[in-house]
Amino acid sequence: MAAATRNLPAYASQLAGQAQALVQQALQAGASDAEVILRESDEFDAQVRMGELETLKNSGSRGVGLRVLLAGDEGQRVGSSSSSDLTPSGLGYLVASAIALARISSPDPMQGLPEPSAFGAFDGELDLYHESVYSLPDKERIEYARRVEAAALGADARITNSDGGSFTAATSLKVLANSRGFVGASRGSYCGLSAVPIATGRNGEMQRDGWSSSARTLSKLESPEQVGAEAARRTLRRLDGRRVPTQRVPVVFAPEVARSILGAMADAANGDSIYRGASFFTGKLGAQVAASSITVINDGTLPGLFGSTPFDGEGLPTRRTVLVENGVLRSYLLNTYTGRKLGLPSTASAARGLTGNPGISTHNLFLPAGEQTPEQIIAAIPQGLYLTEFLGRGVNMVTGDYSRGASGLWIENGELAFPVQEITVAGNLKEMFQNITAIGNDLLFRSATASPTLRIDGLTIAGA
Amino acid sequence: MTVDQPSFFSAKFGITPALIERCLGEALAAGGEYAELYFESVASTSLGVDESLVKSAAQGVSAGCGIRVLAGERTGYAYTDELSPERLLRAARTAALIASGPAKQSVVGLGSSLREARPRLYPAPAAELDPELSTKLALVMRADTAARAHDRRITEVRASYADEVRRILVAASDGTYTSDTQPMVRLNVFALAKDGNKTARGNAGGGGRVELSYFEGAKSPEYFAREAARQALLQLNAVPAPAGDMEVVLGPGWPGVLLHEAVGHGLEADFNRKKTSAFSGMVGQRVASDKVTVVDNGTIPSRRGSIHVDDEGADSRENVLIENGILRGYMNDKLSAKLMGTANTGNGRRESYQQMPMPRMTNTYMLAGEDEPEDILRSVRRGLYAVNFGGGSVDITSGKFVFSASEAYLIEDGRVTAPVRDATLIGSGPEALKYVSMVGHDLALDEGVGNCGKQGQWVPVGVGMPTIKLDRMTVGGTGS
Repeated sequence: MAAATRNLPAYASQLAGQAQALVQQALQAGASDAEVILRESDEFDAQVRMGELETLKNSGSRGVGLRVLLAGDEGQRVGSSSSSDLTPSGLGYLVASAIALARISSPDPMQGLPEPSAFGAFDGELDLYHESVYSLPDKERIEYARRVEAAALGADARITNSDGGSFTAATSLKVLANSRGFVGASRGSYCGLSAVPIATGRNGEMQRDGWSSSARTLSKLESPEQVGAEAARRTLRRLDGRRVPTQRVPVVFAPEVARSILGAMADAANGDSIYRGASFFTGKLGAQVAASSITVINDGTLPGLFGSTPFDGEGLPTRRTVLVENGVLRSYLLNTYTGRKLGLPSTASAARGLTGNPGISTHNLFLPAGEQTPEQIIAAIPQGLYLTEFLGRGVNMVTGDYSRGASGLWIENGELAFPVQEITVAGNLKEMFQNITAIGNDLLFRSATASPTLRIDGLTIAGA
Repeated sequence: MTVDQPSFFSAKFGITPALIERCLGEALAAGGEYAELYFESVASTSLGVDESLVKSAAQGVSAGCGIRVLAGERTGYAYTDELSPERLLRAARTAALIASGPAKQSVVGLGSSLREARPRLYPAPAAELDPELSTKLALVMRADTAARAHDRRITEVRASYADEVRRILVAASDGTYTSDTQPMVRLNVFALAKDGNKTARGNAGGGGRVELSYFEGAKSPEYFAREAARQALLQLNAVPAPAGDMEVVLGPGWPGVLLHEAVGHGLEADFNRKKTSAFSGMVGQRVASDKVTVVDNGTIPSRRGSIHVDDEGADSRENVLIENGILRGYMNDKLSAKLMGTANTGNGRRESYQQMPMPRMTNTYMLAGEDEPEDILRSVRRGLYAVNFGGGSVDITSGKFVFSASEAYLIEDGRVTAPVRDATLIGSGPEALKYVSMVGHDLALDEGVGNCGKQGQWVPVGVGMPTIKLDRMTVGGTGS
């Protein structure tokens, strides 16, 4: 039996026992295989606006999801159900419903749980849970939210209004158990601070921007004063923005938007799109899909980070996967089903919600830092855009067509000259990946997907 | 309607008026001015056909109660997914902590006068468990078959069906004691077309607060399948979209997402009460050309965005937002209406019992004008004709908004010519509608697939519009 319940309180073992009992109940009701996920979470959220407490939220919830399989000659049928009702009658409904649903689904030879030999959990210390996120009394948590907003409001006279400051804390527990012997539990904690100040420009025009810090432990959170000051700086630099004429220029993606380029790469490598030919990465394994300087890694085993977890949504141990190495596509992102469709092993990328079949997601997705400072990258550009925010999604993963609303700062003779807004940035991802011509040295994991500053050439700016 | 038989929450969870009154009393015990219990029970089903196999079949049930206490501009919120008296009272005490002082407000006796919304806009399904799984599955299979049969270049089809029945009960210290049953059905088809080394996608879907028989009429699975296949095939030969400012004609129906982004969000009262919207303080001012009248209407039968009552128990209404180009009012909820001293427009909505309500749109659309759609297209020398969109987004404070076209064509010398690839359109909310120079007589509402996200909460909405011409808008393509 692959057990992944180390360092957990007795309570988690008790839930693991409940999950295993539900697996047994499903087998007794006729399932040939079954998988149960139990999730518990709680949250605290304090919002302060213009110095006054605005909302206080404090709650918790739990839910259970069941997936059952019915084996037959032509493959396995699958059905799933979920519920917030963990009473015996609620669980009885869950089992009956999942089996009824499996009966109407089609037998599929690729369907089914992973092979028992694949199960397990990452064995190292992942440092995902800290009680400290709840250690502050309510009053001090509200004070954190007040301080982060006050730091933003007090930074400059042009900051006239605010969408507030917040402090959030949350913990979660997930338990996964299946009929092939896997049982695992994992806890996580989160705390975060954010401020969204609003500044007024010369013509009375308003701009907002924000900044936040989040961590798994209170001690790693940036101070409210740091976060508030950065939120103010970002808001002020947007004031009195203009449009620029339609043209083709190099674009420097700040880290907070560059990460979406990595996200697009992961979407393109998503096995679910690959096997059906719905991604422009289909059939490109081993091919040059990005500039030769580009390496992109997906790693679920980095201690303390938000994308880390000991096992994936099907109970496979997480690992480090190189997606792109020196511009060459080395791996797709696969769960068991999409792996079988492609004749490849799972990359432990299964994502499991309470309901439905496992999907696919990344863990910590990043591009290792380069050599140049962001200033050096900007300094090399006579005319271009320093992109700091996107508006809308506008990405077609089938064709790679890319067109998004944007704002940022205009680069003139290697320096940031003035803010720009109400423009679009457009290109095609296939070419954009190839046209990454500079990588910054500023990689920082502010979220599970992280990128240093990137320069991409040949994008079309549409404006005045 | 007042009923004598036990209500759903009373029969299923033992929620009695006496328990509700106790919880409201507990919620107000620390000095809050308003307390509210929001009970919700949701049962959902989804079925997916992929590669002509039924690959996913799922059902879910969830139930819970969110308890809210208001004290001035402050909100305390707590929720529980166990509806026992102990858990409910504990949540009430947690929410109560937002206020600190002795109780000021006493609770109005609810008696047995539960007001159950009469099902005039949409049916109230009775059954909790699903007797119709095979009927639902047949719809998805039909969509799959039709999309594949449409053209040999259609290589992949994914069709799905999703429904839910949401029951709500709202009881509040202002005497509100209301319930509603809100069904929702949706059918979706995704098609992939391949020709040589070219691949393209198409998406179509629809539904609303309707019964299954809806799909037996004009909006059949075959209709949505053909539509998805048609769009995918069209995109195979699309040329790059142009880049820059130009004349733009928007087709009827779903392009109404323009209104949702350009003006809708900016007219939600919470942003205006806090003066964080680009439309703050602009009631009575011109925000669009005089051809433009925009309403938000939660009372259209069967529509995805329609509700008998909002998630604070207030009746939904038809509200005029912009009348002949002049801003008339904002959409609000109980809190914003009280703080701004205006009437409640019945737009207080929330994603689930785990979240606080806030002002949200229902069905937002522009009223029809008098122009012939053909004349509108003929009037454009060089521009873009966009008839289908993906989603959109807006920065409320600066007013800048985008929406992304998934089916659009070039207009050359008054004629619709080549289809173009996906492109985002960008504009400024308080300015964009001033460029509306022609409005068609062909008002249409969307097919019923819209979801609107705000502060992490998603609610179903509708949009609509006649064919319109904007003399200027920025198109974010890569072409010239």
